[in-house]
Amino acid sequence: MSDRSSEPLIRVRGLVNRFGNETVHEDLDLDVRRGEVLGIVGGSGSGKSVLLRTVVGLNRPVAGKIEVFGSDVLAASDAERRELEKRWGVLFQDGALFSSLTVAQNVEVPIKEHFKLPLRLMDEISAIKVGLVGLPADAGEKYPAQLSGGMRKRAGLARALALDPEVVFLDEPTAGLDPIAAGGFDGLIRDLRASLGLTVFMVTHDLDSLFAICDRVAVLVDKKLRVGTLEQLLKDDHPWIHGYFHGPRGRTAQAAEAAAAIPERSAAPV
Amino acid sequence: MLAYQGADQLRRFGAEIYTVNLLGVGILRELGVLMAAIIIAGRSGSAFTAQIGTMRVNEEIDAMRTIGLDPVEVLVIPRLFGLMLTLPMLTLCANLLGILGGALMAWASLDITPQQFTRQLQSALYPWTFWIGLIKAPFFAFIIALTGCYEGFQVARSAESVGRLTTLSVVESIFLVIVADAAFSIVFSMLRI
Repeated sequence: MSDRSSEPLIRVRGLVNRFGNETVHEDLDLDVRRGEVLGIVGGSGSGKSVLLRTVVGLNRPVAGKIEVFGSDVLAASDAERRELEKRWGVLFQDGALFSSLTVAQNVEVPIKEHFKLPLRLMDEISAIKVGLVGLPADAGEKYPAQLSGGMRKRAGLARALALDPEVVFLDEPTAGLDPIAAGGFDGLIRDLRASLGLTVFMVTHDLDSLFAICDRVAVLVDKKLRVGTLEQLLKDDHPWIHGYFHGPRGRTAQAAEAAAAIPERSAAPV
Repeated sequence: MLAYQGADQLRRFGAEIYTVNLLGVGILRELGVLMAAIIIAGRSGSAFTAQIGTMRVNEEIDAMRTIGLDPVEVLVIPRLFGLMLTLPMLTLCANLLGILGGALMAWASLDITPQQFTRQLQSALYPWTFWIGLIKAPFFAFIIALTGCYEGFQVARSAESVGRLTTLSVVESIFLVIVADAAFSIVFSMLRI
């Protein structure tokens, strides 16, 4: 997919988030470019998830401007908001699937909400998405409670991709997955980015994911973001960033990425 | 129970037959709908809070919002209408069974035969006695459903919160229903019904 413009897909300016007396984000800026995989990292409680929730409009900040696809998220009219919802997908931790619906029905929810399509067509689209994320064909009839953690996340991703969005937001997608499943999920994101031209906004703790698939990484320190490629951040001398990337886990992740190929997206059991 | 206690007092005046009046008016105007509402508050009100609360813990409600679904439209409205339709029906059942039970009791311990019971009941009831109880039912249902759903949305992201707010919603529902009942009594007495 060619770049439609050099305008960033998501633009955050001067974001301030405060809960009670605690200021989580202060004067935070961010640009997310089309087609990139951006990883958001930061200490526990630094406000990574809050940032994601604010960008998709679930959280109202104290101050700041958020533009997605050029629309002001905070001041959007209902119609504008509906347009945004068609162009993005969100994967929450553990999938956040609707527990009384099957996987296939879950995937159909965004389609039903925004379009009037015959049921058979929706079933077909749903089945395609289920296959796209590497779930077996019979997963569609299962209920979320019958799925393993890894399968739930993939099902959640299938729902996030239901309307062929341009950007997906992932909230700690590999949390709680075993290393094989986590590697599989990384590979899945990489493949989907390559084949669908997705832009990915990924909040994560997982160093391996960062090294494996992120083009740029934004580190939440001092209530702001420091953004750069991994090479740039590895040279950064901020104490927290240094500790993050050059601690024992960081060095292991680097070495692993350098030495081994990430497993291709496969039918590996998750 | 009402019949038994009431009869005891009325016996002093040789007026046991008026137990039937007590029963008919008491149940149809007040107790049938109140009992039904209290039981439903415990059963359905708590269920609403627990269901919606668990969805909050699971981030399902956030997911709905990002897809463009309005949680109130999807979760609250159906529950509201469902309860407002069924509580009146349950009230009818409660009324029927209450009167039946009272009649049996009157027959067993007061020697009031069913025929005497029916005759006395017909003389005791105004046409609107029946409707007064029934008309309160959708209002009570509204209170119970709204409280249950509201507390569900208040749940924070923990299991402890679900449990605590479920209990809270039942207590609140019952309290508000009783307050509403009192308000109805005042209104009806002003209208001299």
